[in-house]
Amino acid sequence: MAPVLSVEDLSVSMTDRDGKLVPVLENLSFSVDRGRTIALVGESGCGKSMTALAIMRLLPEGFVVTSGRILLEGEDVLTARNQRMRALRGDTVSMVFQEPMTALNPLYTVGDQIAEALYHHRNLSRREANEQAVEFLKAVQIPAAEHRAKTYPHQMSGGMRQRVMIAMAIACKPKLLIADEPTTALDVTVQAQIFDLLAKLQEETETAIVLITHDLGAVAELADDIAVLYAGRCIETGPSQEIAARPRHPYTRGLLACMPHLAIGQPKPSVWVDLGEIPGMVPGLGNRGPDCAFLARCSYASEVCRSQPQPPLGAIDTGHAVSCWLAREIAA
Amino acid sequence: MSTVEQTLIVAPTEPSDAGITANAAAPGTTSAPAQPVAKAASPARAALRQFLRSPSGVAGAIMLLLLILVAILGPILWPTDPLEIVGLPFAPPDPDALLGTDYLGRDVLAGLIHGGRATMTVGAVAAFITIIIGVSVGALSGFFGGWIDSLLVKISEFFQVLPPLLFAMVLVTLFGPKLTTITIAIGAVSWTPAARLTRAEFMRLRDLDFIKASRAAGAGNWHLIMRVVLPNALPPIIVSATLAIGVAILFEGGLSFLGLGDPNTMSWGLMIGQNRNYVLDAWWAVTFPGAAIFLAVLAVSLVGDGINDAVNPRLRRR
Repeated sequence: MAPVLSVEDLSVSMTDRDGKLVPVLENLSFSVDRGRTIALVGESGCGKSMTALAIMRLLPEGFVVTSGRILLEGEDVLTARNQRMRALRGDTVSMVFQEPMTALNPLYTVGDQIAEALYHHRNLSRREANEQAVEFLKAVQIPAAEHRAKTYPHQMSGGMRQRVMIAMAIACKPKLLIADEPTTALDVTVQAQIFDLLAKLQEETETAIVLITHDLGAVAELADDIAVLYAGRCIETGPSQEIAARPRHPYTRGLLACMPHLAIGQPKPSVWVDLGEIPGMVPGLGNRGPDCAFLARCSYASEVCRSQPQPPLGAIDTGHAVSCWLAREIAA
Repeated sequence: MSTVEQTLIVAPTEPSDAGITANAAAPGTTSAPAQPVAKAASPARAALRQFLRSPSGVAGAIMLLLLILVAILGPILWPTDPLEIVGLPFAPPDPDALLGTDYLGRDVLAGLIHGGRATMTVGAVAAFITIIIGVSVGALSGFFGGWIDSLLVKISEFFQVLPPLLFAMVLVTLFGPKLTTITIAIGAVSWTPAARLTRAEFMRLRDLDFIKASRAAGAGNWHLIMRVVLPNALPPIIVSATLAIGVAILFEGGLSFLGLGDPNTMSWGLMIGQNRNYVLDAWWAVTFPGAAIFLAVLAVSLVGDGINDAVNPRLRRR
């Protein structure tokens, strides 16, 4: 079965002030099957959101795709006509944004906003669209949905609004849902609810999900596969269980070590261990050389790393690939 | 009453005001049956309610309504033809001619009542033209940016550097002093502020998340401009449209004062313009239309300020 989305060798560059191309995303490849979830993980500025926008073909001005293909159900979105693209957006592929406080139009009731997509993509009458909008509010577990449909976004809490966003995104039963840090702006408790909701909806609709996040721990449950991005390059990819249990790339290990782990009912440890951190910052755009982008921050870095360019993604296990010269040593 | 107090009175752009204004507005304004969720006031209705709480705005609205009513019912109230000579020139106010006669012996009160029609029509239509041109230019410019923006900004700068009154005079002189020409001329020279305002609003809104979200839901440019961005940019545009009416009325007065009014249609500006040489002999022929213009512009400005207070969340707490 062909994957719903397959991104092949995608590179995106930004045009800087002098008109030069600065790479933002380099040779990214991944694919998602029906009913599966892939998580794109990385720090801010690693190119996660750019990947999402490239798939929607909504890259901001000045950003260009320099190579690669993005196949949505076999159709290359990069060469599709504008009109076709508008028909695809919101219908075949839709997106949930990070900030539910600002991603809803303050002037329309939430019911109207959900109905809008149905009205345009499904040719429903206004009345049918509104009725369905209420059904979708119920589907995202909003209580008193009939009533809530007639309220404005400012009358809702952040979690509610994110549910509304999800309802809008799934209204046309998209084949692919892109969730760009859908829980970053929300309370931890609400985060879990939103992830549960996404999982439940996915079970019902078999939508493929591209989940963008910087929280590696949060996605381990929801995602089937994980691709870790660093400075615009994919440095580790594989099944989520595998990556969570046996991270190979020093950066992935660092990300996992940065998370506090609470265990209820365990006695206080005799020695407190400091929470990990990754020193330094992601190299800025334009400061990325051919060598390993993580080199400057890597505690494992050796002569081997310094003398050679960024290694290719090498398979280390079934479906598990790492871009690190020392992957085998680190694993051991 | 508890459900009533949940009724939110709030402008669309700044939800955080809800808690502050809700209680003040609630008592006795509406009564909804007890419901688990507060019934939403639509942003337009909320703004109207806010407007009705501003005394000066309401006073302006009443004045404006009265003026409009007089203009509509004019011929019934005072059937005298404003261009007809009814008596001696410069007759002071007396029971025959309540507000006196002008330099040709025409009735000043008839001029006021019938002239109000022309003046206010010119004001409204010219303001409409102003807003249509200004909003179209500003919207395209602010929404698309790039070369479209550069081009349109250059064009509006060209209009900006011309003194509007002189430019309007040239247009009226070229195409003849008819009421339609005057109206179009006023509209054509005063659209740049509306364009700048709309452009700024569109540029501010263009990059907001909900615009991106609409785009991601498949909305095209036309839909985004008309149904998503424009409604959100509307509050300041409505205010400037209201104020543009006042400006247009003054403009018409100014043009007529300089002798470029339509001599075949009585208007307030024309009355002042034709009688201005005789102010000392017959003060009434100039003072009453002057006062009428003053009242009309004042009424429109008060309404404009009232709307501004109602729709601009930053002024809400004053």
